Amino acid sequence: MPLLENGHIKDDTWVTVTEDAPLPATGAVIVPFARLEEGLARGADAPLGVTIGPDVDVSLLRPALPRLGLVAVTFTTFRDGRAFTQARALREHLSFTGEIRATGKPLPDQYEFMLRCGVTTVQTERAEDISVWQQAHEIISVAYQPSVLHERRQGLGLRRFLS
Amino acid sequence: MSTDTAPLPVGRYAYDQVDRTFLSQRVAQFREQVNRRVKGDLSEDEFKPLRLMNGLYLQLHAYMLRVAVPYGMMGSDQMRMLAHIARTYDRDYGHFTTRQNMQFNWIRLEDTPDILQHLADVDMHAIQTSGNCIRNVTCDEFAGAAADELLDPRIHAEILRQWSTLHPEFSFLPRKFKIAISGSPHDRVAARFHDIGLVARPGAQGRPVFDVFVGGGLGRTPIIGVQLRDNLPEEDLVAYLEAIVRVYNAYGRRDNMYKARIKILVQALGVEAFREKVDAEFALMDRADYRLDPAIVDGIRARFGIPELVAPADAAQKLAADRKADPAFDRWVRTNTHPHRNDGFISAVISIKPDGGIPGDVTADQMDLIAELADGWSFGEIRVTHMQNVVLGHVRKDRLRELWGKLVAAGLGTPNIGLVGDIIACPGLDYCSLANARSIPIAQKLSARFADPELQERIGRLHINISGCINACGHHHAGHIGILGVDKRGEEFFQLTLGGSAANDVAIGQIIGPALPEDETVDAIARLIDTYLVLRQGDEQFIDTYRRLGAASFKDAVYAPA
Repeated sequence: MPLLENGHIKDDTWVTVTEDAPLPATGAVIVPFARLEEGLARGADAPLGVTIGPDVDVSLLRPALPRLGLVAVTFTTFRDGRAFTQARALREHLSFTGEIRATGKPLPDQYEFMLRCGVTTVQTERAEDISVWQQAHEIISVAYQPSVLHERRQGLGLRRFLS
Repeated sequence: MSTDTAPLPVGRYAYDQVDRTFLSQRVAQFREQVNRRVKGDLSEDEFKPLRLMNGLYLQLHAYMLRVAVPYGMMGSDQMRMLAHIARTYDRDYGHFTTRQNMQFNWIRLEDTPDILQHLADVDMHAIQTSGNCIRNVTCDEFAGAAADELLDPRIHAEILRQWSTLHPEFSFLPRKFKIAISGSPHDRVAARFHDIGLVARPGAQGRPVFDVFVGGGLGRTPIIGVQLRDNLPEEDLVAYLEAIVRVYNAYGRRDNMYKARIKILVQALGVEAFREKVDAEFALMDRADYRLDPAIVDGIRARFGIPELVAPADAAQKLAADRKADPAFDRWVRTNTHPHRNDGFISAVISIKPDGGIPGDVTADQMDLIAELADGWSFGEIRVTHMQNVVLGHVRKDRLRELWGKLVAAGLGTPNIGLVGDIIACPGLDYCSLANARSIPIAQKLSARFADPELQERIGRLHINISGCINACGHHHAGHIGILGVDKRGEEFFQLTLGGSAANDVAIGQIIGPALPEDETVDAIARLIDTYLVLRQGDEQFIDTYRRLGAASFKDAVYAPA
């Protein structure tokens, strides 16, 4: 599936570098967590992103975050919800403002959850039509708890409107 | 269906247009998910968590739909809709569960979106009654009525229901997550057998404070919850629970579903290390974002209907006279009522455990009758208990005998609450694909054996819990007498545990010895109870006699018949 942002297709300007591929000296690259130091060793103006597995403690990224334009979280299976907590911690505790990309095998039905936890783009291995993702984004318009998106409160209770 | 200008429903949160919009969107979403499953765009593996989060299980013979009854509270209109669903889509009956919900055992997948729409028409749903998410929050069945209550826990139960509904971060947890809340010093919610148990009381500034227990549970590994925090201020309730569940989501095991509950994480890390992680998370959170402002609480409280408790001055005297006049009524009042905070009122428990019956099963006609009685006697309000019974919370004392007469006429007047006939049993091998043994026939035989109400009252308070497998849905570890079905080379055997309790004197029952064949189990329990009657001092309860004398005194009775 193409890269998705807010329910729409977006051109991917990042190059994902695998475990053993050579690291380009310039250009926007996403490195695996194990190669983060190597990525940081490139020039300070070379755009850098990192992919983390669900078991990575995101606070380990703290020193590198000012240099990172993107953090990719991984749904190794849609059942593993740790990426939600990682995304939320990146936004709330580490004040990360760059792109958070969901990768792996999340379901479109999890799209709204991802967005509300701070994910901005989705790059999945799934094949279904993009409209399923767009619909998943639009179908529910009310939520009952705070999120990183700081949605508009509705009335006196916990409710807020998703836009 | 009520409108925004209708009187508020007593005892529960009143939906408005925004809540109804949410529910109808949720129904539309599920309808679409079913379509994608039928078209093959979703595999069964992918569809499973989506249907589970809408309460739909696949059991041994059919789909089962578990309908949420938030904190056990519903209105007569909602009960009538459940009766309609039972008639139209099931086999004319439903089943009250130990999480205060109602489940239907014979549902067709393709009917489910329509059933959910019917439920939404009366502000009901099946959201998060299953799946690895925060489940229906349970609560004291006498909330808002009990004489011993310090604080009505339903307002905060509703807040937690809302907060946990489609929670973006906590809908794919390592395993299911259960929260109970009580506002009474007498624990009627088994707070320490929950993933999180909350005990609320009024705090110094007039706002509630909470004692927070974590990591309790039954299942394969029964563990009593530990106190993680005391005097948690109300404004931090949501933030603190977020912190606990976040730590669990990040660190709970996902490699083995039998070791995935929070209790295993708490045990593995140790309470202190777990608390440190929660405190660290809590300290990092933006508390302004997560603050449960008193205005939010009061806004939700304002959506609850309050019963106008007006009774004649002589209501209590009238009840006393009625009891004197009719010993059968008097017995039922002794066993099936609970003291109300208002002297003119009383809470009545309708036993869904008829002699020889299936615990918690209720017919569509009985549901309609319960709805009618709730309208006539208790402000249209109905409570489902974790013991699988039903409570009418606010009954005028002078009108109680009339209510009892109608219950007896409908076969709903069994005087056995808290007694040997008030058995909790899981659906067992009659329905469940996990079970090793049939729980229901054992429950029926025990209930028939001890049908004599005089004998039951003489035996006194005695909780029997039956589970058909080690997943312990019948909470056998928490029963004074627990019965666990096991499979021995294809035959059903039953293992007895003694001394469990889910109340303030919380304890995990201990196995007394080898499992018994099905046809010897009921006799063994009868001998056990006979032995207790011989050994007890005065009107000592079974659990106290057991604690005084230990298992040895009962072992001979179970294994060496006279």
